[in-house]
Amino acid sequence: MPTFNLKINNKAYTVEAEMDTPLLWVLRDHLNLVGTKFGCGIGQCGACTVHVEGNAMRSCLIQVSQSEGMNITTIEGLSEEGDHPVQQAWKEVDVPQCGYCQSGQIMTASAFLNKNSNPSETEIRNAMHGNICRCASYNSIEKAVKVAADKIK
Amino acid sequence: MTPSKQSNFSRRSFLKTSALASGGMLIGFNLFNACKSDAKVPVDISQLNFNDFNAFIKISNEGKVTIFSINPEIGQGVKTSMPMIIAEELDVPWDDVYVQQAPLDTKNFNNQVAGGSQSIRQNWEPLRQTGATAKQMLVNAAAARWGVSPSECTAKQGVITNSKGDKLGYGDVVLEAAAMQVPENVTLKDPKDFTIIGKGTSNVDIDGIITGKPLFGLDYKEEGMLYASVLRPPAFGQVLESFDATAAKAIPGVIDVITIGEKARNFLSKGYVSWTATLSGTDKVVVIAKTTWDAIKGKKAIKAVWKDESPLESTEFHNKTLLDLLDGTSFKTMRSDGDIDKAFAEADEVLERTYESSFLPHNTMEPMNFFANVSADKIHLVGPTQTPEEVAKSVAVLLDRNVDDIYVEMTRMGGGFGRRLYSDFALEAAEISNTIMKPVKMVSTREDDMTTGVYRPATKYRIKASIKNGEISGYQLKEAAVGGNMYGLIPNFFPAAAISNYQVDVANYNSNITTGAWRAPYTNFLANAEQSFFDELAELMGVDRVQLHLDLLEKAKQNLDPKIEYIPERLQGVIKLATEKANWGHAKEGVYQGFSVYYCHNSHVAEVADIVMNNGLPEVKKVTVAVDCGVVVNPLGAKNQVAGGVIDGIGHALYGELTFNNGIPQSNNFDTYQLIRMGQTPQVDIHFVDSDIAPTGLGEPTLPPVGAAVANAIYKATGQRLTKQPYINHIKVEKILS
Repeated sequence: MPTFNLKINNKAYTVEAEMDTPLLWVLRDHLNLVGTKFGCGIGQCGACTVHVEGNAMRSCLIQVSQSEGMNITTIEGLSEEGDHPVQQAWKEVDVPQCGYCQSGQIMTASAFLNKNSNPSETEIRNAMHGNICRCASYNSIEKAVKVAADKIK
Repeated sequence: MTPSKQSNFSRRSFLKTSALASGGMLIGFNLFNACKSDAKVPVDISQLNFNDFNAFIKISNEGKVTIFSINPEIGQGVKTSMPMIIAEELDVPWDDVYVQQAPLDTKNFNNQVAGGSQSIRQNWEPLRQTGATAKQMLVNAAAARWGVSPSECTAKQGVITNSKGDKLGYGDVVLEAAAMQVPENVTLKDPKDFTIIGKGTSNVDIDGIITGKPLFGLDYKEEGMLYASVLRPPAFGQVLESFDATAAKAIPGVIDVITIGEKARNFLSKGYVSWTATLSGTDKVVVIAKTTWDAIKGKKAIKAVWKDESPLESTEFHNKTLLDLLDGTSFKTMRSDGDIDKAFAEADEVLERTYESSFLPHNTMEPMNFFANVSADKIHLVGPTQTPEEVAKSVAVLLDRNVDDIYVEMTRMGGGFGRRLYSDFALEAAEISNTIMKPVKMVSTREDDMTTGVYRPATKYRIKASIKNGEISGYQLKEAAVGGNMYGLIPNFFPAAAISNYQVDVANYNSNITTGAWRAPYTNFLANAEQSFFDELAELMGVDRVQLHLDLLEKAKQNLDPKIEYIPERLQGVIKLATEKANWGHAKEGVYQGFSVYYCHNSHVAEVADIVMNNGLPEVKKVTVAVDCGVVVNPLGAKNQVAGGVIDGIGHALYGELTFNNGIPQSNNFDTYQLIRMGQTPQVDIHFVDSDIAPTGLGEPTLPPVGAAVANAIYKATGQRLTKQPYINHIKVEKILS
């Protein structure tokens, strides 16, 4: 079985996996980084969102062979102490209901705010449109992104 | 609820009552010192030597408090709100409380279920008494040490004070308190003195959620655990004939390919109901692998041949069957008041409408999964389930094992919405582990989850009302449903009692497509139908929509039938609050408002939807909600439940649809099934009725009415009455008036 060298949360990992294994399952099953969630497997729900070179990407659609050499950040590595402004905002607003989709929501929001720290309401709604929350905590997510933007500004 | 009421349980009846009613109220003061939030809690609560005490509360010598949350957490917030109730009466600072999910423990707890919005309602009094009893025992212990009467002592924020001003912390007297007699009577707090209940409190798992800690079933792992992917029949009505696993076995990481099904067939032969097609008794092919991906890949490589065991049904067939049932005479009458035939015969005018809905999958974000480790001496099960006790009992029957050898742990759940009331996934995991005698996690893909579900049944309603001398003289509701029928209490909902000639008739078709509870079962579409009908009826009568409702509720107050479920005054209260807050009747130019009001799951809700037309399509901008659920235990969590229910209800009314073709579900993932997303989401403006009445549930009641509020608003904008869901398929763009 081939091996791959991955850079995740500023740490180097070597994993043995089939070439077509999605990064999602390497993170979850091989590296025990289970904060990245499985929702649909086809890039439609956003539960598996991670940062690849700072961009929000669906880890279910990236094969491990494509991930080599990339700087990958998961929810576990977003901040040292769980205090990234987006995480703080999520806590202040008390966003989660079941909580399952929230790491994906947080990863999408943090990558978005990194590029646009002063977003309009429409920009926020567009940026977050790809992440499904089945509990429909959308009002709270929208509010938390605004709170986070204020912290980052 | 009377303030400061004395709780009149003697110790003996206290014990007895607790065991029967709610999962126990007594307090196990454990003698462990360590009770910090990172302390390891023993897996088996019975080992804590509580004797006949129940295991709700632990207090350490340092005064730190651990409260066990006994009910499963599916996102409804009970892991936060139920411990809040105990902490309030115990009178400890919330910051000193650590909440721990209790495993299934039928000896110490009863009714560890999440469903029907009942967790808070059924546990309100017992949880309060539990906290108050613990507090009294601590006070008694402090009084004994000081040699004073307990009545000279007060307890507040974890500190007991006597009349001289001496102070003792709860932790200082916990060992003595544990040896105290359980008091005969305890005094509950006056709601005016609540400091925790009614205060917005963050989700107790918030830190774990935002940092990606392993909280959910899919995150659970054990050393040596394997992964299993299950190949089930693609169509409802099919069973396995044969399969070829050669290609699957060649995949690196695939360890074995087995079949299961025999145990499930035996289980069903013992009279157990098949909740799902996955438990239909067919053989299923299971790929056992080192990782989830290997298992999923292996399953795709299986070449299976299926054969038809029963007719393969399609949506056209369901539509015709249900309409035939509505036209026919094979009804069961659930309630009949007065003489409905006479009312229709003598009417000045009659309105009749048929409302139609689709099957709906639950689509929890976390797909079905369960861990099982079956060994010769015990069975360990871990995962997301709304019904852990049912899981233990069913697995005991399935594998012919003693239920006492089965240990079930509940993880946090990535949504439930009713799907995790059914334990098929846990039974599959148990049968797989029993076959390979290894620890294994059964993991469903999204496609598995959506196509082998327990769906909200497709249902059609026909509602007919007669008008005589400007009054509603008769009202008849007919239901035709695939699978489930209207639950017994619902015929006693509004407008029963408000209309003297009233009848509810139900008919159903037994399909091989499995159906069951879906968020707000029975009412999630009924409320849409009924509240759309009343909108049209008010228009026909030439009366104000809201006033018609208030007047009907006034009549309902005169009806003293004890079977009537709703409380007219409380419905009137939410109607007034919602219409006032929404500025009903005074919408801005270009904004169209729709109204809806409903009672279910013991709570009363009124909603006003504001829509605008955008490129010929309605856009829901805002929904104003008024809720009467009694005391709001945790306003922060409660608002999340209300907003979530409203947006979920809009999403499914507008977009939710699962059709069938020859038994095969025609959507299998989120590219072919539309769930509401942020860009389609209105702002939800939430108002609670100020109340000190014992609380009722919130997980479901705001969902059923909202579809009608939206449909009624769309009518105002377009002149089109929507009667079929999903509405998006039926909105005629050319009908727009504006």
